[in-house]
Amino acid sequence: MIRQSILAVLASLLLAACSGMQTEAPIDESGAAARVSTATPVTEATRAPTVTAATPEPRPGTAVGTTAPIQRPVVETRALPPSAEQTVPGAAAMAPVAGAAKTDVITPGAHRDPASPLAQRVIYFEFDSAVIDGRFQPILDVHAAYLKANPGFKVILQGHTDERGSREYNLALGQRRAESVRQAMTLLGVPDGQMEAVSLGEEKPAVEGHDESAWKMNRRTEIHYVGE
Amino acid sequence: MTSPFFPFSVWLRTLLPLLLSAALQAHAAMTIEIVGGAAKRIPVALAPFAMPAGVAGENPAAVISANLARSGYFQIVSAKGQEPLPTRPEEVRMPVWRAAGAEALLIGQVLPLPDGRLEVRFWLYDVPRQSELAGLSLTVPAGGLRSAAHRISDVVHEKLLGEPGNYSGRIAYILKQNGWFELQVADADSQNAFTVARSPEPIISPAWSPDGSRLAYVSFEKKKPIVYVQRLADGSRQVLANFRGSNSAPAWSPDGRQLAVTLSRDAVSQIYLIDAAGGEPRRIASSPGLDTEPVFSPDGQWLYFTSDRGGSPQIYRIPLAGGQAQRMTFEGGYNVSPAISPDGRMMAFVHRRDGRFQIAVMDLATRQMQVLTDTSFDESPSFAPNGRSILYATLVNGRGVLATVSVDGRVRQRLSQTGDLREPAWAP
Repeated sequence: MIRQSILAVLASLLLAACSGMQTEAPIDESGAAARVSTATPVTEATRAPTVTAATPEPRPGTAVGTTAPIQRPVVETRALPPSAEQTVPGAAAMAPVAGAAKTDVITPGAHRDPASPLAQRVIYFEFDSAVIDGRFQPILDVHAAYLKANPGFKVILQGHTDERGSREYNLALGQRRAESVRQAMTLLGVPDGQMEAVSLGEEKPAVEGHDESAWKMNRRTEIHYVGE
Repeated sequence: MTSPFFPFSVWLRTLLPLLLSAALQAHAAMTIEIVGGAAKRIPVALAPFAMPAGVAGENPAAVISANLARSGYFQIVSAKGQEPLPTRPEEVRMPVWRAAGAEALLIGQVLPLPDGRLEVRFWLYDVPRQSELAGLSLTVPAGGLRSAAHRISDVVHEKLLGEPGNYSGRIAYILKQNGWFELQVADADSQNAFTVARSPEPIISPAWSPDGSRLAYVSFEKKKPIVYVQRLADGSRQVLANFRGSNSAPAWSPDGRQLAVTLSRDAVSQIYLIDAAGGEPRRIASSPGLDTEPVFSPDGQWLYFTSDRGGSPQIYRIPLAGGQAQRMTFEGGYNVSPAISPDGRMMAFVHRRDGRFQIAVMDLATRQMQVLTDTSFDESPSFAPNGRSILYATLVNGRGVLATVSVDGRVRQRLSQTGDLREPAWAP
């Protein structure tokens, strides 16, 4: 014990001496430091997906082998830019969607119409969450109705995160957000074979930038129709 | 503490510097002097190697000098004023170099061989003792002078410091440039870069096969993450994992026969083993959370990985022979991206502290942890083959750069290259 104490003292002396020995090319971190000052540097850690306000309407899954014919490309529209007080973007644009859902979303090819409610493709997430806010339910409703009416169409649900932390861990977090949307669509009766949930992690930010205004636009799941 | 033995970390902290200085004395009559808290760098003089006109390539002495200066362990003593400079042992006048302050001197020659190859001879001297530490010859193909210089740097480093150098290794990394993602391989000094794969969509997570002949990586070229394995010699490529959902985080087993990957085909992000030739993946654990970033221990006994099963991302390990996962990290709410040292004794990882992401190491015997860096956005730690240095990615002025830090945190360098760099991996 005494011997260990002596060694510990010796160790601390050596360490203290060593701590002043950082002789090498100092790494310039002025940029990194600047980023810290503007960021809220906490990592995302989304929890298990929870679906809110979903209507249970389970159906047996049907495998679908065909994909949509490629026609004129659609301009992908994102949700409206959020107002300053909104944490989750896009919610203000939801109201008109629900009423329109029953009429014009069933026609095959409607998802290519920029004026269709089906042009709404992005579900945003709170920090630290894979929970779908009820305000996005109308988006899920119209896409679910369309997919059920058109079994030949398939969607890729792409989960994304903001840039903070490990790329591979963020890939897994994005997957959780994609799965969250897939499960919500399953509850709305969309056959499993018409959906694939994948993650792009932090690799494809919707908005470049290193602060919360960019990050909240990047925590999202995007709905992509195969072949468009 | 009931153990009659000291904890490994105490050994490391107390005895290693002593052993190191003993090694120095044994090799070169030099000691690490600690004066006013500053480390002394070993002063080394290098004379340009004799090189016939017409031999292509940079003078090896210039490459070696840059290597040693950048390492942080050496200080280059100018050879100016010492002309005529020696290129053969009989030309060395030791007192001159002693007067110049050099503790070691390197001289050499490049000799073209009849078959077109080059022979590089070099001699390393302990100046105070006036003795030869090394006198060796390397033969390299024409155009191989640079690799010869890196190997000579390794010899000089080992002779003067008593531990292997890192100069002759290779690294893989991702370069983002002009909207393209390029998987590149370069010398450890970031020179001689060549592009292995290139895509307008992201590429991440390059992983070297144990024999250095192949790279596994994740490409998003098909709009989803798919794991590929590519042979460096001919560029041929195969899909390793392209299952429903996401496929990512490849890691080779030490024997190169299988890889661990993260798949989401059955549940959110779980870890599987898959043969290097492809085939049906075998799930190794069932986790209530998400599991990813697997990496094998060098003895093949353990798989280390990141999981949020406990509520926050932490590093765990699971015995490959079967058994329960053990949590390895407890300090802080975010510990990810494990890398295991070649001797299996240390783990490097990314640790979040006060909102900053920094490289830390853990002594796996004592579980003691130490943060090595003071930057804020560190990612992707990877051990050098000699286990003494860790390569990682960080951000400087908003741009991705590669950097190294010695495992004791004392020596740091930044590798230079233009463009945005990330995801480095040191070749085995």
